[in-house]
Amino acid sequence: MSSLRLVLVSWWLQFKMIMRSPFDGFGNVIYPLFFATTAFFVFRAGDSPRTLIYASLGAAVMGMWSSVSTSAGSAMQRERWWGTLELLVSAPRHFSLILLPSTLGLATVGIYNLVATLLWGRFAFGIDLTIEHPLLFALSIGGTVLSFAGLGFLFAVSFVRFRAAWVLGNFFEYPVWLICGFLVPLALLPTWVHPIAWVLAPTWGMNAIRESALGGTPLPDLLACLGLGLAYIGVGVMVTDRVLRAARVSGSLSLT
Amino acid sequence: MAAIEAEELRRTYKTHTGTLRRKAKEIEAVRGISFAVEPGELFGLLGPNGAGKTTTIKMLITLLIPTGGSARVLGLDVVRQAREVRKRIGYVFGGERGVYERLSGYDNLRYFAELYGVPAREQKARIEGLLELVGLKDREHERAEGYSRGMKQRLHVARGLLHDPEVLFLDEPTIGLDPVGAREIRATIASLTDAGKTVLLTTHYMFEADALCDRIAVISKGNIVAEGTPLDLKRGVGHGTVVEVEVFGIAGEAVERVRGLGGVVAVAVEEREQAQVLVVQTEPDVELTQAILAHLDGSDVGRISRRDPTLEDAYVALVSE
Repeated sequence: MSSLRLVLVSWWLQFKMIMRSPFDGFGNVIYPLFFATTAFFVFRAGDSPRTLIYASLGAAVMGMWSSVSTSAGSAMQRERWWGTLELLVSAPRHFSLILLPSTLGLATVGIYNLVATLLWGRFAFGIDLTIEHPLLFALSIGGTVLSFAGLGFLFAVSFVRFRAAWVLGNFFEYPVWLICGFLVPLALLPTWVHPIAWVLAPTWGMNAIRESALGGTPLPDLLACLGLGLAYIGVGVMVTDRVLRAARVSGSLSLT
Repeated sequence: MAAIEAEELRRTYKTHTGTLRRKAKEIEAVRGISFAVEPGELFGLLGPNGAGKTTTIKMLITLLIPTGGSARVLGLDVVRQAREVRKRIGYVFGGERGVYERLSGYDNLRYFAELYGVPAREQKARIEGLLELVGLKDREHERAEGYSRGMKQRLHVARGLLHDPEVLFLDEPTIGLDPVGAREIRATIASLTDAGKTVLLTTHYMFEADALCDRIAVISKGNIVAEGTPLDLKRGVGHGTVVEVEVFGIAGEAVERVRGLGGVVAVAVEEREQAQVLVVQTEPDVELTQAILAHLDGSDVGRISRRDPTLEDAYVALVSE
């Protein structure tokens, strides 16, 4: 019970901090609209309303992913700059319970990205999106947010140990757009890419959101997305103690 | 059982030099120190910058793993029982870092209350009591980014006390504070032992250690060079004389020549506006004023005075060895 309370309070305070940063806030408001605009211009050439809806949903999840992948790394880097990382590590609670709300807070911001992209598509480009299964659509978004938080958590654990690893957050931003089929169907990519896509939760989250919006069977995709998200969290929790011990041996916690 | 025990505690760091041809180098920050702090005692670890104070404290609060020796806090091993140690200790460091600037002081404390496992029903009363103690009441709902350095420091102290720890580690808590702010923090520290807490304080201010600590260990270049009550340390260098020479533009070689004189215990140079003051501690019954002046040939010399050694001179002598 106290762990759940810790996660909820920490999530709320992390979310508060993210929303109070003018630059982060500006970026979060503007970036998804750029993604969406680019995608709409590219796919409008195809002259198919269904393709545009496909691109609209893809661009929405792109924004969500970007928010998590780039921010998870910089969030840990900020804890170093602020001198709070050592305080978090020296707290008696398990470090994963401290880290997870942070990435969950970032993933929650991604929901705005999704909504903003869809509204931008509707009002700026006239893309009328009808959601076939609203409940499953909402569940798919929730599942995708959780799995993104899990993946961000796994990244963040490595950022604690390796100071320069936050750069990897930026590095992973674009390949995931491509590999996970946000804009281009996975079937069009070389077959050797497919296994990589299958172990990435964004692939399944994207499928679940599209299937529920366009009228398909999103449940298998949603379950795969949630399963992978939980697996990331499980692996993250398991390696946390080892990573922290390595950081305490190397003395890298206080370095910025 | 001692509240804090360190036995032959040692810590080395690996560092690298060069860009293309990187060479690994080992730096010994703490070189096998031993000391014990009794329950309810305020113990000072005194030393100049880079002496190993912060490294020692970080090993004791489980943030660094020692490369040799062992340490226990309340009988718990700081490596094997790290989580148990963390439940029972508080850690406060000096400076403006360590605060979530975008959150209010109250939210900062609320967050750390969760991290330190303070029961939900006790949090409000505990936070408000601490805000009162450190004098932040009425400002607690303002964002911490608007706080002065002293206010942030008091917020640190409140954070360190949130879970009512038995042992507190204070790492240079008054660094960079103005005299009034520093005095307020010192008054709060003095009240901690009255409440039964054990405190380990690091500082490089001699007068602060003298005013607050029951016992002091002087640490220099990773070794403890003296340990005892402030009075013991004063007695240790209570003999001899201090010669102070005001000089305008002293060369490093001249200082080294003075240091090499027979009968000199320690030499320090203090900056005072446009002038420097060469502070030379000598052995008892040795008259070195003329010899010192002879080595300052070429420098403009001002006022010259002689006096008895103070506790600060004792400290300078210890860390200069």
